[in-house]
Amino acid sequence: MSKEPVAVVGIGQTKHVAARRDVSIAGLVREAARRALDDAELTWSDVDAVVIGKAPDFFEGVMMPELYLADALGAVGKPMLRVHTAGSVGGSTALVAAGLVAARVHGTVLTLAFEKQSESNAMWGLSLPIPFQQPLLAGAGGFFAPHVRAYMRRSGAPDTVGSLVAYKDRRNALKNPYAHLHEHDITLEKVQASPMLWDPIRYSETCPSSDGACAMVLTDRAGAARSPRPPAWVLGAAMRSEPTLFAGKDAVSPQAGKDCAADVYRQAGVTDPRRDVDAVEMYVPFSWYEPMWLENLGFADEGEGWKLTESGVTELDGDLPVNMSGGVLSTNPIGASGMIRFAEAALQVRGQAGEHQVERARKVLGHAYGGGSQFFSMWLVGARPPES
Amino acid sequence: MTRDIAVVAFAQTDVLRTTDELSEVEMLMPVLHSVLDRTGLKTADIGFTCSGSSDYLAGRAFSFTLALDGVGAWPPISESHVETDGAWALYEAWTKLLTGDADTALVYSYGKSSPGSLRDVLTRQLDPYYVAPLWPDSVALAALQAQALIDAGATDESALAAIGARSRQDATANPHAQLSGPVRQGDYLVRPLRTGDCPPIGDGAAAVILAAGQRARELCERPAWIRGIDHRIEAHALGVRDLTDSPSTRLAAEKAGAFERPVDTAELHAPFSAQEVVLRRALELGDDVRVNPSGGALAANPMMAAGLVRIGEAAARIHRGASDRALAHATSGPCLQQNLVAVLEGEPR
Repeated sequence: MSKEPVAVVGIGQTKHVAARRDVSIAGLVREAARRALDDAELTWSDVDAVVIGKAPDFFEGVMMPELYLADALGAVGKPMLRVHTAGSVGGSTALVAAGLVAARVHGTVLTLAFEKQSESNAMWGLSLPIPFQQPLLAGAGGFFAPHVRAYMRRSGAPDTVGSLVAYKDRRNALKNPYAHLHEHDITLEKVQASPMLWDPIRYSETCPSSDGACAMVLTDRAGAARSPRPPAWVLGAAMRSEPTLFAGKDAVSPQAGKDCAADVYRQAGVTDPRRDVDAVEMYVPFSWYEPMWLENLGFADEGEGWKLTESGVTELDGDLPVNMSGGVLSTNPIGASGMIRFAEAALQVRGQAGEHQVERARKVLGHAYGGGSQFFSMWLVGARPPES
Repeated sequence: MTRDIAVVAFAQTDVLRTTDELSEVEMLMPVLHSVLDRTGLKTADIGFTCSGSSDYLAGRAFSFTLALDGVGAWPPISESHVETDGAWALYEAWTKLLTGDADTALVYSYGKSSPGSLRDVLTRQLDPYYVAPLWPDSVALAALQAQALIDAGATDESALAAIGARSRQDATANPHAQLSGPVRQGDYLVRPLRTGDCPPIGDGAAAVILAAGQRARELCERPAWIRGIDHRIEAHALGVRDLTDSPSTRLAAEKAGAFERPVDTAELHAPFSAQEVVLRRALELGDDVRVNPSGGALAANPMMAAGLVRIGEAAARIHRGASDRALAHATSGPCLQQNLVAVLEGEPR
């Protein structure tokens, strides 16, 4: 059984902002889809199917919005599939779309993820009381802060590492015209002086609430051959899930994340990720997750991830750049955030990342996670097609 | 594509008006155990898992994350979720098996409608700017469709009543059905629909196991092979659609190969009696086709599971030799906006 190789030939994003009051949800998604089609020099009629994802429907107050969005995405008369895997959904959506091409069910698939957070308040949308569950009532930050504290205790990382990540990502965002936060006067001191929100997470170490959408056109070998610009090839792709809460769960470095990365590396023939992977777009909604995921993804030994960050390895001009685009810390339309990671990884290997392009980017990892660090989706894309 | 994939096991809960005493996980657990027991598989043996549900029924974000606890996803599993009926989760799992990444898949879906007012909740899936603020409910929209059919001369109220009566009569053989036997046609709920034309509101869950090739033969005596499966969506706005027709169903059926040879059974997801009329026409089903022997959605309509149940019921008929070629249909959205068709076959006996 051989799978059809999958290529990314079109990428489109909206300029992410706190509130897009000038467009409806339909207008927002169509803008990103249109840009992806333009990039691929294709029209709506070239698309065989649409795969759409977003995080909880409560964030916009629309139940199953894909029904209403069918017209805006040119899906009428076509298959339209909706994916929802919590925060990892943007990545999972791209993987489901890639699966349709890999299975040779469809030749060209438009995939899109979005969030229009200005329509509601995500923090409280995530804080509804649930019977027989411990109350959360503090959004995602309240859930993840204890895990960050556990990481600091376990690794002995100095408490300055989180601010270094935030300072780096916000500077990277200045080179990305689509990024939400463009803090031209950012300094390390400003990050460190920002208010403490959920100890040890400071205000400037958290992601913003964004409106935005991201779209990609995925296609088969024949479609890639017609592509006007260099395609990015999917070399490895996987999803893994584990339960939210149970006695054996390692919330600092979940097994599902390790297994997911291992599966992707196996598919892509990567034996030493630190050497073989050129750059990473990883899902870092709170700055401390960069060192945590560096370990979880196999780029550093346990307890050593913060040393890569501290020594500048993950800077844009470092040996393993992380979040060249500015990452989730600079742009967070939740449902789209995972797909932006996947799309930015593809932009890098296509050599089309503009000012935040990494010179030698041949193999780049896109990473997303969601829920209580329990859902993971990743892909590794390359400038050359898979060998087989 | 050269890989044959089959439904090898199906399980469902009884569908009940309220399940206050059960959490979603508790409702789901027996079904998951039951479907695994039928194949002797354990969670760790399953190659891919996919589920369908809706946060709006649970009334909170990320409701499906706790359902995963019922699966026992440890060690970690390859898993995904669709925010719609489980029939689409089955479609995603089918594509996953086609790629060869997995040989078996567990598909499940569930919905508890009882915590809220379903007719109000479903208005939230309409265009949020122009239509949802008017709160047109699901029965009112189905009534528009029924009236359009009557106006077109395609049916009348007594014919619709007969569909409801036949469904509930057939449901007497289905221990999981919510409504069965003689059910009064009742008063008008929204003209021209009477209560007998409308589905009961209920809570329920279902699960299916898929397997590829030889693995399917090992797990099931008579696998229900998926000969084709496709789904299509139509425009959302009712004003731009001909509500008496279902072109998306017809196209999905064509792509799924439904018209290549006649089917003997059709499990149609038609929550309202008039929708069966629309679907029968779109699918060109003759009078010799056994439609909804389970009683269909007029006997039990657990939101987000009723479509998967149609596939499960069709497959189960093939498993026990009551059908050789069956069509299963699932729908989503107002007035049959999105439709999925699967064609299932048993090997010749």
